[in-house]
Amino acid sequence: MLASEKRFVDKLKNYLLFAGPTTLVFITVIILPFLFGIYLTFTNWDGISKAYTFVSFSNYKQVIQDPAFWTSFLRTVKYVFYTVLLVNTIGFSLAYALTGGKVLGENLLRTGFFVPNLIGGIILGLVWRFIFSNVLVFLGRTLNIGFLSTSWLANPNKALWTLVIVTVWQYSGYMMIIFIAGLSNIPKELLEAATIDGATGFQRLRTIVLPLMVPAFIVTVFLTIQRGFMVYDVNIALTNGGPFKSTQLISMFVYEKAFLSQQYGVGQSEAFFLFLLVAAISLTQVYFTKKLEVEV
Amino acid sequence: MKALRRAYAILRHAVLYALFVLYLSPFFLVLLNSFKSRREIVSNPFALPPAWSLNNFITAFQRMGFVPAFLNSLLITTCSVIGIAVFSSMTAYLFVRTDWRINKVMFFAMVASMLIPFQAIMIPLVRIYGSLSMLNTPWSLIYMYLGFGSSFAVFLYHGFIKSIPKELEEAAMIDGCSRLQVFFRVVFPLLRSTTLSLIILNVLWIWNDFLLPSLVLISADRRTLPLTTFYFHGTYSSDYGLLMASLMLTILPVIAFYIALQKHIIRGVMEGAIKA
Repeated sequence: MLASEKRFVDKLKNYLLFAGPTTLVFITVIILPFLFGIYLTFTNWDGISKAYTFVSFSNYKQVIQDPAFWTSFLRTVKYVFYTVLLVNTIGFSLAYALTGGKVLGENLLRTGFFVPNLIGGIILGLVWRFIFSNVLVFLGRTLNIGFLSTSWLANPNKALWTLVIVTVWQYSGYMMIIFIAGLSNIPKELLEAATIDGATGFQRLRTIVLPLMVPAFIVTVFLTIQRGFMVYDVNIALTNGGPFKSTQLISMFVYEKAFLSQQYGVGQSEAFFLFLLVAAISLTQVYFTKKLEVEV
Repeated sequence: MKALRRAYAILRHAVLYALFVLYLSPFFLVLLNSFKSRREIVSNPFALPPAWSLNNFITAFQRMGFVPAFLNSLLITTCSVIGIAVFSSMTAYLFVRTDWRINKVMFFAMVASMLIPFQAIMIPLVRIYGSLSMLNTPWSLIYMYLGFGSSFAVFLYHGFIKSIPKELEEAAMIDGCSRLQVFFRVVFPLLRSTTLSLIILNVLWIWNDFLLPSLVLISADRRTLPLTTFYFHGTYSSDYGLLMASLMLTILPVIAFYIALQKHIIRGVMEGAIKA
């Protein structure tokens, strides 16, 4: 086969034919911008002028000393914490209820919970902007429910929760699909044997199902964390960071720093920080998955 | 005991179907209100429209420029998705079937690059392509999607091609097929199920993407559907009837795509999520 090609020219020809386009786009769209981005963090480029100077670590220093950056970062951590908790709890509960033929219309229900994932974050954000600013306020006023009678989107103490709610609504159906894949891999004999031995439903869940679902949880938890730190679409469409920047999450913060404040060097340093964080999270996931494989 | 079990089953159905309705209610409310005027929406968003008129849809369709936005999205999504599938499967094939050192370096670099979030690349990307005057055309965007999509696609194909026996290809080689012919006549058809999963994942990603096209496509007539809808909402922010109709118009193509490929979509998403 291909391996029989001995001459360098033939090898090169085949490489360019089969992998040339991919190599070109990969290098020009991912590798060069990534490396150039690291270089940018050491400059004071403002996005317009041709000339910019080397400023060594002062961008990084500025990021570390910027309270607004850390406020946005901690807000994102809070958002990620609640979404991870709720997305995975609800996603798993839905999956557990919707496997094994316990419910009529299993497929219909699965589809319904999954549907938000077909539609882009921008559209979902706009849909929920209408729900929060009109529908819920109407309900609150008509039924005299105090905490609904004014829009949560206008309240700096509640606006972050609208992002959490929409994210949970969006991703719980997605994680449900991953959990369903995991649940359908659990051998039926195991559960039947436990039932014969007199285990209750809860005991089966705690001693058999949950331990066997650890690999699925590793995937879903890390996926939720990763997406949480990178969320942008829902953020801009639902709250646009407001009111008073109370919901500006880290991605949006980086975007504004670079493209609106024209501090590209500082913005790129923040983006690089985000890269280190996301890479560390992903590598931790790989570590846990590998460790689990060795143990099993 | 039996009665208890029955009551429990009824309760389970009631809770799940109530949740089902709750999950889908935002879409139903948008649909319901897309037939109403602003005043009717504000006075009661739950009331049925007095008449099922399509006026909002027609007005939104024209004012947002639905047709050009839809065609832009269609062009960008189709070209990117096909390009990613063809180039990545060829690359993965080469990487599996030959053990040259450059293959290993490239494959490792591509897998490692999946750790890089888009935000870490967007600023230099705009800077580089902006200085080459390559922004604001759909072709640059398609080129970038090829770059952002190829790592995962090569990884996905790589896993599958490893399981294909070489004998089939060898037989075709003896019959005088060139390497490229062997790939497209023998190997590529075998990859059909992986290709379908990949196409589904990429269509959902590229069709719905916002941040990258918002950075690349600057003039209004170049915008994709999500961008157009977003800016339309900025311009007509209080004309709720129009806004709801524009949301429905944007959601409909995705629902059509879903209905066409229903069975494969859930499987595709499962494969993608588990391997990613």
